[in-house]
Amino acid sequence: MRKVASVLVSALLIGALAVTGCGTQTAAPSSSGSSGGGDVIKIGVFEPMTGANAAGGALEIEGIKLANKLYPEVLGKKVELVTVDNKSDKVEAASAASRLVEKEKVNAIIGSWGSSLSMAAGDIVKNAKVPTVAASATNPLVTKNNDFYFRVCFIDPFQGKVMANYAFNKLNAKKVAIVQEVSNDYSIGLAKFFTDSFKQLTGDQNAIVGVANYNTGDQDFSAQLTNLKANNPDVIFAPGNFTESALLIKQARQLGIKVPIIGGDTWETPEFIDIGKDAVEGSVFSTFFTSEKPITPESEKFLAEYRKANPGKEPAAVTALGYDAYIVILDAIKKANSAEPVKIKEQLAKTKDFPGAAGMITFDENGDAVKDAVIKQVKNGKFTYMDIVKSAK
Amino acid sequence: MMNLSTFMQHLANGISLGSLYALVAIGYTMVYGTLRLINFAHGDVFMMTTYFAFYGISMFMLPWYVSFILAIILTAALGMLLEKGAYRPLRDAPKISIMISAIGASFLLENLATVIFGGRPKAFPSVKLLMDSINIGSVSIQRLTFVIPIVTIVFLIGLLYLINHTKTGMAMRAVAKDYETAGIMGVNVNMTISQTFALGSALAAVGGIMWGLKFPQIAPLMGVMPGLKAFIAAVIGGIGNIKGAVIGGFILGIGEIMIVAFFPSLSGYRDAFAFIFLIVILLFKPTGITGEKIAEKV
Repeated sequence: MRKVASVLVSALLIGALAVTGCGTQTAAPSSSGSSGGGDVIKIGVFEPMTGANAAGGALEIEGIKLANKLYPEVLGKKVELVTVDNKSDKVEAASAASRLVEKEKVNAIIGSWGSSLSMAAGDIVKNAKVPTVAASATNPLVTKNNDFYFRVCFIDPFQGKVMANYAFNKLNAKKVAIVQEVSNDYSIGLAKFFTDSFKQLTGDQNAIVGVANYNTGDQDFSAQLTNLKANNPDVIFAPGNFTESALLIKQARQLGIKVPIIGGDTWETPEFIDIGKDAVEGSVFSTFFTSEKPITPESEKFLAEYRKANPGKEPAAVTALGYDAYIVILDAIKKANSAEPVKIKEQLAKTKDFPGAAGMITFDENGDAVKDAVIKQVKNGKFTYMDIVKSAK
Repeated sequence: MMNLSTFMQHLANGISLGSLYALVAIGYTMVYGTLRLINFAHGDVFMMTTYFAFYGISMFMLPWYVSFILAIILTAALGMLLEKGAYRPLRDAPKISIMISAIGASFLLENLATVIFGGRPKAFPSVKLLMDSINIGSVSIQRLTFVIPIVTIVFLIGLLYLINHTKTGMAMRAVAKDYETAGIMGVNVNMTISQTFALGSALAAVGGIMWGLKFPQIAPLMGVMPGLKAFIAAVIGGIGNIKGAVIGGFILGIGEIMIVAFFPSLSGYRDAFAFIFLIVILLFKPTGITGEKIAEKV
């Protein structure tokens, strides 16, 4: 019988190889330009276009392309977008970023949706000295100790506080259960900041009555949810990827869990509602921007252009942020009067009160934008605006 | 610590997940039984079904039952095509070549699906009839949770009948034992293997549809994990043994749920447990729990 065992073990190993193997194929750029000569400025776009986070990446790319259409030139040179797919995979994200800096020799980079994916590129852009602007990656570690990483959105300590306040003040929650995506730095970080804030608000060290974990790509959450149900929480906080979250909420409702389920900015994708359907009705989450409350003249411009290109549709917050990431880079290039990456970085760091589509952008010492948060709810199958929470500053 | 109704809920969850694994595992085990080939593309065949059913309903506006039946037929055809294109030319080559070909077929299907259907996940259509929950005390169970095990058992009985009591089944068993001799004895080996693939793929298709209904999100890589889990289930039950695959599926499904149920803090390591379980089985009981001796061909 040893023979059977050895055949099966080798089959298993080959299978495992096959799984990891499919994560290391090289990403193909969607547009390959001239060899980076003096006539074009290349901005690398580094986003998940396939895999678990694909919908989020697509929304950001939508915004970046829109900005590129509106502002196709800077310093008299054409701006070319070089898009690479990081496949929603951390290993893949690192190689996609390397490709942008080494092979495509881009002047700046935008991306990525998802903090884990952005963090995977952190050291690469830092060592290559290529300024990178994340649109919606909210984990503090993305920009920490990295002079070349900026972001045009707020960070999770703020977002966690916003949602903890919402649960405590608006939902009168005393006991919250948490479901987190353990393989996702964003989810873990946000869950932690939420926990800290919520414990502080209630003054109760046991205010979190249960923590359940799942992995990216999981589809069955029944066991975790059954456990949480037995703990009788008032609210469930479930930050995580949109598809998993939608399935999770659906299964929670099927198991007879009736308490509110709240989350973070990653939920705002059409797929969340498509997959969750009736089950996600009433779900509340925090995000960056709402088209119902334009903040700056740039918001108006962005909205007008977006609605012209997509009749009957409203932009997601991350689309506005993708747009902002592009225009803030262009502004820095203009001020630097050069497309040299290090000079762009110097100007980016000085960005102050720059009007973006999703609000004014001022980078703090870490390269993070300080912004207000928007609370949205799923109502009649649409994301609708509920409230704005001012930033601390 | 855990009250009875919570435990019953966990058990219901486990049985429902286990029967899904079982359906997919049967296909794995059938192909292994006849060709001694671990068909790594099986999970991707399963993924294709969900897209067939999705487009049947959303694009061609077919009623769900028509679309599901069509998806099963198309998947069976895909399975036959796969065998013809990727495995038949290598039948007399070393086993490792055909296994590599299976991995290639798996990549081909995954990437084909990404190109054709797009990388963004889609929502699998829901069937109202099966979705409503039934409450028994404080245990809430979706109708689908009952349907899946019933479907699995019905197909198992049908399959066992086909294999043990029909001429086609006899041919399949003969080919499984020794296809060269079976060929000499007048069995049409190519056709029999084709039928095995069609049947195995059709079962994967049924599993795929049930999976789509239970977890209504479909994506090009969705078949990878269920495929591996079904492979584990097949090995636990004794690969090549159909009843074993079903038992293995139930053990794995219930086991996965119970690990999370009793050790909530380990819930993130659920998949790891499944693979550790596989390694333990391979080390200590490679023939699986059914323990049948597999006649090794040299």
